[in-house]
Amino acid sequence: MAGFWDRILGRTRTAGSAETAKERLQFVLLHDRISLPPERLKMMKEEIIAVISKYVAVTGSDVDIALKQRDRHSNMLIAEIPFLKGIQPPRQDTVDDEIPLLTHEQDGDVNLSEVHDTRADSLNSELPPEATSSNKDQDLDRASEDGMSD
Amino acid sequence: MGAKAITVTSGKGGVGKTTTTANLGVALARLNKRAVLIDADIGLRNLDVILGLENRIVYDLVDVVESRCKLRQAMIRHKQFTDLYLIPAAQTRDKTAVSPSDMVEVVNKLRQDFDFILIDSPAGIERGFRNAVAPADEIMVITNPEVSAVRDADRIIGLIEAERKGPAQLVINRVKPEMIRRGDMLSADDVTDILAIRLLGIVPEDEMVIPAANSGVPVTLNDSSRAGTAFRNIARRLAGEKVDFMQLEPPLGAFRRFVQMLLSGRQ
Repeated sequence: MAGFWDRILGRTRTAGSAETAKERLQFVLLHDRISLPPERLKMMKEEIIAVISKYVAVTGSDVDIALKQRDRHSNMLIAEIPFLKGIQPPRQDTVDDEIPLLTHEQDGDVNLSEVHDTRADSLNSELPPEATSSNKDQDLDRASEDGMSD
Repeated sequence: MGAKAITVTSGKGGVGKTTTTANLGVALARLNKRAVLIDADIGLRNLDVILGLENRIVYDLVDVVESRCKLRQAMIRHKQFTDLYLIPAAQTRDKTAVSPSDMVEVVNKLRQDFDFILIDSPAGIERGFRNAVAPADEIMVITNPEVSAVRDADRIIGLIEAERKGPAQLVINRVKPEMIRRGDMLSADDVTDILAIRLLGIVPEDEMVIPAANSGVPVTLNDSSRAGTAFRNIARRLAGEKVDFMQLEPPLGAFRRFVQMLLSGRQ
């Protein structure tokens, strides 16, 4: 009954094209603002899944990696990456220590930490201070100590 | 106390920058503020025509910058308002004739004689835009409730912040309340949510804007025009007054008002 009166008074906004416009704009502006067009995001998503798959088995189709916006300046990547149920991939001891709460009987969700949209931030987080030294061999040794993939 | 320099820009063309600049200038003059309007769209002169001053142009902005005339000589006084002036754009093809620092210099020379300096920016994001925003104290972004206009407005807002001239304020122009009610047009709330900057004004679509341009008499001089009223309200806000946004919904008929009264009683 309330719905009827609402319509009479023109209070409901029928699902017209304006809703679509708003959603499309929010989507496209998010990508515009951080210069990450949807195609590139897709490539990034595939690479992320590939890296994670080296350590744990994940189902590609259930993975959700999307940009979310809090306000004009605060945009982030939110990832939901369900692990495959029941399958125990071969793991090294170090990896077990890093994911203590997951057993092979549970689905595990991992939320990637916030990836901020400024390029400077992401560069800084990738390069350890030691990487700037000139001795290449030293760099490789340090990289494997940190557990980074080659 | 020097003038406030406001650049009117948009990104997208055709959304109403020139109409807004002209009408705000006139509305401010009606509030007894001294205003000078600068057409910064080199090569595509328009502000003069909207103001009805097209046959009074002798010198233009490029003449001033290239020292072919004194600043005063390029300032055209409005027929009706003695404290409203226009500095027209040049009709040359060379967009590099003016630089951002030229603009800053011209505006600084005007500051002591006026309360408001309004700069009509060209569309786009290249040099014309950068020229127009260089001297600004504040920036007004004009948009329409329509996808490409909003997308371009977002881009321009980002550029404004990059030039450290933010935060900009928003004017949503050519709003059609009936279409919003039907769900076929983005509402002012939608646009403001998306762009996330402060709303300065909402101007309804108004047929009277075209005959006003035809005759060179800005629509804000027509007291029965809703767009004109909206421009007057924006001018009052610029002048520091607190003005409520216009009630843009079409007025309810008697029956609906009755029903609404019943419903609000129940709530």
